[in-house]
Amino acid sequence: MILLAPIAALGRSTLALMASIGRVAIYCAHTLRHIFTPPWYPKEFLTQLLQIGWLSLPVVGLTALFTGGALALQIYAGGSRFSAEAVVPSIVAIGMARELGPVLGGLMVAGRVAAAIAAETGTMKVTEQIDALVTLSTHPMKYLTAPRVVAATLCLPVLVAVGDSIGIMGGYLVGTTRLGFNPSNYLHNTVDFLEFWDVASGLVKGAVFGFIVALMGCYHGMNSGRGAQGVGRATTNAVVSASILILAANYLLTELFFTA
Amino acid sequence: MIDISALHKSFVSNAVLRGVDLTINSGTSTVIIGGSGTGKSVLLKCVLGLVKPDSGTITLDGEDVARAERDAFLAKFGMLFQGGALFDSMPVWQNVAFRLLRGSLKRPASEAKDIAIEKLRRVGLTPDVAEKFPAELSGGMQKRVGLARAIAAEPQVIFFDEPTTGLDPIMSGVINDLIREIVTEMGATTMTITHDMSSVRTIADRVAMLHAGKIRWEGPVSEMDSADDPYLRQFISGSAEGPIEAVR
Ligand SMILES: Nc1ncnc2c1ncn2[C@@H]1O[C@H](COP(=O)(O)OP(=O)(O)OP(=O)(O)O)[C@@H](O)[C@H]1O
Ligand SMILES: [Mg+2]
Repeated sequence: MILLAPIAALGRSTLALMASIGRVAIYCAHTLRHIFTPPWYPKEFLTQLLQIGWLSLPVVGLTALFTGGALALQIYAGGSRFSAEAVVPSIVAIGMARELGPVLGGLMVAGRVAAAIAAETGTMKVTEQIDALVTLSTHPMKYLTAPRVVAATLCLPVLVAVGDSIGIMGGYLVGTTRLGFNPSNYLHNTVDFLEFWDVASGLVKGAVFGFIVALMGCYHGMNSGRGAQGVGRATTNAVVSASILILAANYLLTELFFTA
Repeated sequence: MIDISALHKSFVSNAVLRGVDLTINSGTSTVIIGGSGTGKSVLLKCVLGLVKPDSGTITLDGEDVARAERDAFLAKFGMLFQGGALFDSMPVWQNVAFRLLRGSLKRPASEAKDIAIEKLRRVGLTPDVAEKFPAELSGGMQKRVGLARAIAAEPQVIFFDEPTTGLDPIMSGVINDLIREIVTEMGATTMTITHDMSSVRTIADRVAMLHAGKIRWEGPVSEMDSADDPYLRQFISGSAEGPIEAVR
């Protein structure tokens, strides 16, 4: 029996994992159904656009700025080993647009937005506000989940686009002031080598990540345990699961977009 | 008419409701009494479908609640939650007028606000409270806002979960009279949970006592004092001596 204990524990946690994947999948399907069927709550949607999109701009912008700058330094250092310093502008642009813009943007928004959504809906759950919504003939999935998920899905591509631009600007600033690039050559190199799909793929990734962030925030919040501890755990779980799902989805999307 | 029969509900190993049978006639006021933690709030939530019963049936005017069309069903109900359950993201008047600002009862915001202010006045709150946020109010004020929200759309059936806890005696009297008025003037059906025996006497047409997961005693309020059920007698007199163990 003692020898079997680790296997039993492994089996139990596998089953638990499968069960939660199933629950998230069902929740996701319900969310999609409620997004596409009336009634809709435009005022809630606009509030969320502001909360999720506008208020995330500083976080995403600063992240991109410093990352773009650091990226330029690293590629310069790496490139100089085989006298390829000239690739700095194009690699910074491609790296930001394809990977770092969407992934870092998504992760930063996961920290900010998934946590906020989970804490808010979790508190609503434990103080019976979600029950109150139901008794007031308002479906919580339509009133809380749908506006947040749609807003995040639409906002993230915009945030990624802004992040890409600021990141490339960060690379440009470091490249021209610290690494001695000629400003107009730097810009030419950036524009000439960047392709439409480099940027577009990043925006698509952004939309998927936005969906994940809001979905995880709402899912964990609405299934929050009781009391302050329950809300705390829901918030942590929302951020962790959103971050991991973003990284996993990023790999899958990259496979899908750039191989075969 | 609400008919509850053989209702069971357990939370994991905690069997809260163990076969509740209760009939509530339309246009009457029923008060539910019983010890703390006996499942009074759970009973109301089962009727509203917020908690899914393990077994048993609940019907409203002969129609099974579990199979009824949810929107039409809920439109008939108003509920005051024990903790108030106000939406803390919106000001008081939007809480009260929540139903009047969206869905089938939607009307212009100014009209909804006037109704909200009128309902606030009925629960003893001044119009300046309307613009405040729930977090800025005292516990008793929040309770009364919750009450105003429950009655705002003038539903047919209203549940009050401890409407007067946390209120001073005068305000309790005002709220008791208000609930009585809602039944006699508007013809609403109400179920009220309370621990306050003076509320019971003002509000109730009928009284039901929940104990050990079942309805222990049920009858008209006039017979409550002469009933010889030892559990009910102990509850009314508030004595530590009797069949209900005070120390658990
Ligand atoms: N969501 C839940 N999960 C687990 N247990 C619950 C839940 N809701 C209620 N309970 C349990 O059910 C029992 C009855 O709770 P309920 O809130 O109905 O009591 P009550 O009769 O309203 O008490 P009070 O007069 O103190 O409000 C309690 O033991 C409580 O712990
Ligand atoms: Mg209760």
